[in-house]
Amino acid sequence: MPGAPAGIVRARGSALALGLLCLAGMVLLVAFFSVTVGARPITLETVWTALTAFDPASTDHRIIWELRLPRTAIGLAVGAALGLSGAVLQGATRNPLADPSILGIHAGAAVFVVLGVAVFGITQLGMYVWLAFIGAGAAMLVVYAVASLGREGATPVKLALAGAAMTAAMQSVTNAILLTSPRTLDEIRFWQVGSLVGRDMDIFIQVAPFLAIGIVLALASGRMLDGLSMGEDVARALGQNVGRSRAIAGLAAVILAGGATAAAGPIAFVGLTVPHVARAITGPNYRWILPYSMLLAPILLLGADVIGRIIAPPGEVQVGIVTAFLGAPFFIALVRRRKLATL
Amino acid sequence: MTIDHQLLAAGIDLGYGERKVVDDLSFTIPPGKLTVIVGANACGKSTVLRGLARLLAPTRGAVYLDGKPIHQMATRDVATILGVLPQSPIAPDAIVVADLVGRGRYPHQGWFRRWTQEDDAAVAEALRATNTLDLADRPVDELSGGQRQRVWIAMALAQQTEVLLLDEPTTFLDINHQVEVLDLLTDLVRHSGRTVVVVLHDLNLACRYADHIVAMKEGKLVAEGRPADVMTESVVANVFGMTSRVVIDPISDTPMIVPIGRHHTGATLIA
Amino acid sequence: MTMLDAAGTIRHIRYRLATRRRAVTLALCALLALTFAVALYLGDYDVPPGEVLRSLLSPLTGLTDKGIDFIVLNVRLPRATLAVLSGIAFALSGIIFQTLLRNPLASPDIIGISHGASASAVFCIIVLGLSGAGVSLGALAGAVLTALVIYALSWRGGVTAYRVVLIGIGMAAMMAAIMSYLFTRARIFEVQKALGWLIGSLNASSSSDVIGLAIAIAILLPATVLLVRALDAMQLGDDTAAALGARVEAVRLGLMLVAVAYAAFATAAVGPVTFVAFVAGPIARNLLAGSGKGFVQAALVGALVMLGSDLLAQHALPAVQLPVGVVTGVFGAGFLLWLLIVSNRAGQVN
Repeated sequence: MPGAPAGIVRARGSALALGLLCLAGMVLLVAFFSVTVGARPITLETVWTALTAFDPASTDHRIIWELRLPRTAIGLAVGAALGLSGAVLQGATRNPLADPSILGIHAGAAVFVVLGVAVFGITQLGMYVWLAFIGAGAAMLVVYAVASLGREGATPVKLALAGAAMTAAMQSVTNAILLTSPRTLDEIRFWQVGSLVGRDMDIFIQVAPFLAIGIVLALASGRMLDGLSMGEDVARALGQNVGRSRAIAGLAAVILAGGATAAAGPIAFVGLTVPHVARAITGPNYRWILPYSMLLAPILLLGADVIGRIIAPPGEVQVGIVTAFLGAPFFIALVRRRKLATL
Repeated sequence: MTIDHQLLAAGIDLGYGERKVVDDLSFTIPPGKLTVIVGANACGKSTVLRGLARLLAPTRGAVYLDGKPIHQMATRDVATILGVLPQSPIAPDAIVVADLVGRGRYPHQGWFRRWTQEDDAAVAEALRATNTLDLADRPVDELSGGQRQRVWIAMALAQQTEVLLLDEPTTFLDINHQVEVLDLLTDLVRHSGRTVVVVLHDLNLACRYADHIVAMKEGKLVAEGRPADVMTESVVANVFGMTSRVVIDPISDTPMIVPIGRHHTGATLIA
Repeated sequence: MTMLDAAGTIRHIRYRLATRRRAVTLALCALLALTFAVALYLGDYDVPPGEVLRSLLSPLTGLTDKGIDFIVLNVRLPRATLAVLSGIAFALSGIIFQTLLRNPLASPDIIGISHGASASAVFCIIVLGLSGAGVSLGALAGAVLTALVIYALSWRGGVTAYRVVLIGIGMAAMMAAIMSYLFTRARIFEVQKALGWLIGSLNASSSSDVIGLAIAIAILLPATVLLVRALDAMQLGDDTAAALGARVEAVRLGLMLVAVAYAAFATAAVGPVTFVAFVAGPIARNLLAGSGKGFVQAALVGALVMLGSDLLAQHALPAVQLPVGVVTGVFGAGFLLWLLIVSNRAGQVN
């Protein structure tokens, strides 16, 4: 019957759309917790008044506005950016192990930040943002350029190899500087964990436009990624410009990952695992994987951040650490159930 | 002279994880003959071959080689009797043809590998039989699909086993090479007395070359025997879901299946 | 062509391949020997070759010179030997993983083993305040424990390569998180110490490090030789390998154990200099161009990279002694990039 398959596809689409709505709801829930939960107990009433009738004299109100709201906003933005950039990279490189750190983005950001701190004595988090951005972009450019040499252009394997080589080289430089400058080491060891602490609205405003561009680019590339996933030859036969698709995807990934790293430091693992989880739910269609990744990642990230605030009073555990501890067992459980893509 | 080996499956179930692919299958491979397994895609013919080749353990029943359950025999012992060419073998990068075919000698070489005259001769013979001797020095990844396939067959031949199991060995080959390979397998059976089992998807070539044909559908055995006895229009309809006319191949005197489709129904011919 | 001629052709092809293999191996050995000699000669005090020789033979001949002997026998010889041994161990670990997983990106740090060793070492340094042999043992214990956990988690009626790698990645992330956590909680000088270990250094090499690693390698090598033999079949795919009579699962398990052991012992001795593990295999195979599996050659390349990097690290910058890990990163990366740039044969990078 000709109608039946279309009907099935429509039904599946509706189920996924429903799922997306649920996820959006969960994002809001996590954001809610992020604003209301913290080391300092603040009642819901106070939160409400802080949002509606701000009183600059009240410490609680200022905590809400100057600490928790920016933190929440950045957590959401960074999470979405990481999840999307990982998904885009995995699609563009056809490698389920791809994530921003594989292509040298984190190492590039780190080496530039370290150089900035060691050589120029930069200590403001706001300046780190630009350094990280430039470093991430520069690293990705070099990796892409090197991988494109030779006859076949930037194939997935060559990209990953070039990324690994550049990462090692940049890490060596970073380590050399850190070893010789204890002051730099002292600064960097906190940044390099990945944290949402101490990031204020200024930082959010600095990176938000870039992340917005990146998100739009990434979501728009869904169709191209579906094409690429069938292999270059098939994609070309279907009329797709493979080189341009890869370039757009790469650009989106760099902007997103660079921006995320700039804002919160190098948080690994989110970009790698969230797309796998998304794919386990949605199947191999990138037009669904991308929005699902975009919503799942902030849930993980912000959720981890909230947990980090409450598990080690009176201090906090940085989000980069909690994410790994939460995400890894979950990821391992998924692997054991064979729900993930084979290599 | 070659020993006749007895290979049979007794009530085997084969599957992957939860999925059962082959259901309660029993049949005997006639020794010293060319047996062809045919069936629609995903009917389980490759799975059966893997079961016979000791690559997949049956969840029920057993495969017997010379009266012993094959899964209780040591892998190396089996490898000196059964030669197998599975689907999609992998060629290591930059490997040279002679080297790859030489890997077929693995079961005959002990821990302290020493290449003997015999090994070289076996490799050379295998290459000659598959018409790939002039390719001996070339890297495998530079060969065409058909040439590569013949090199893989040569590797299986270099094992010099008395029983040979091949899973769709003719897939990438031009028709002339397909015939060449099947002629070669026939030589092995007629002149060296070996037992050969092949999975083929080309029904007509199967009928032409098989001494014994096994037809499968959805994991079960539908028919087995001589092609002339087994391949009837109703069997073809059952196994492949296709109406056909079965005529006699004018060259080989074996059944030839002529498909009847929507555009070619034979209606315009005088019956 | 008669059958005798044909067999002769095959033999000639085999000889040609073997000749290339031997040539590459010989060249690598010669280069290694030369580098080793330079390592004994070069330093704050350059020891002339004649003196080096006399020093090396002094246990037999009794002709000693306390000062020079100390430099050569107690400082440079252990260090150079440790570089060679750890290079061999890392390289073998890397090429085993790459061959088993049929992926040039495989290496012990992808599997998470070296992260386990590192996290354990950092724990020993920062929390337990250990140093030297204590840290090495801790690293070893960490590697073994991590390997066991990964194996246990990967087991589900058998172990598949992809499950091991993916679970290894998860474990690596957790280990990295542990290390980051410790870094943020410790005092700065402890962090420095830990970082120093993490970068990989031959600085504190003593005879006991060398002997420990040498014994480990001596035990693992015979096992490696036997198991690698089966790779002739296993490289062709699991089905074909089984058809040729290889005991696929047993060999794979054995090889993974051996590879983990190499990585664990080498990491315990010099820290996680895993880039050597990553590059040695591809470099060796590139030199061989299809004439062999490359294990012997990879071991030699690993030793060469390690020793060469250490020489550079010690002597390249005046008045600054870099740890070897920094140089291997740059060196290995450079070589890999060069490989990528010059490769224009289809599939060569793979």
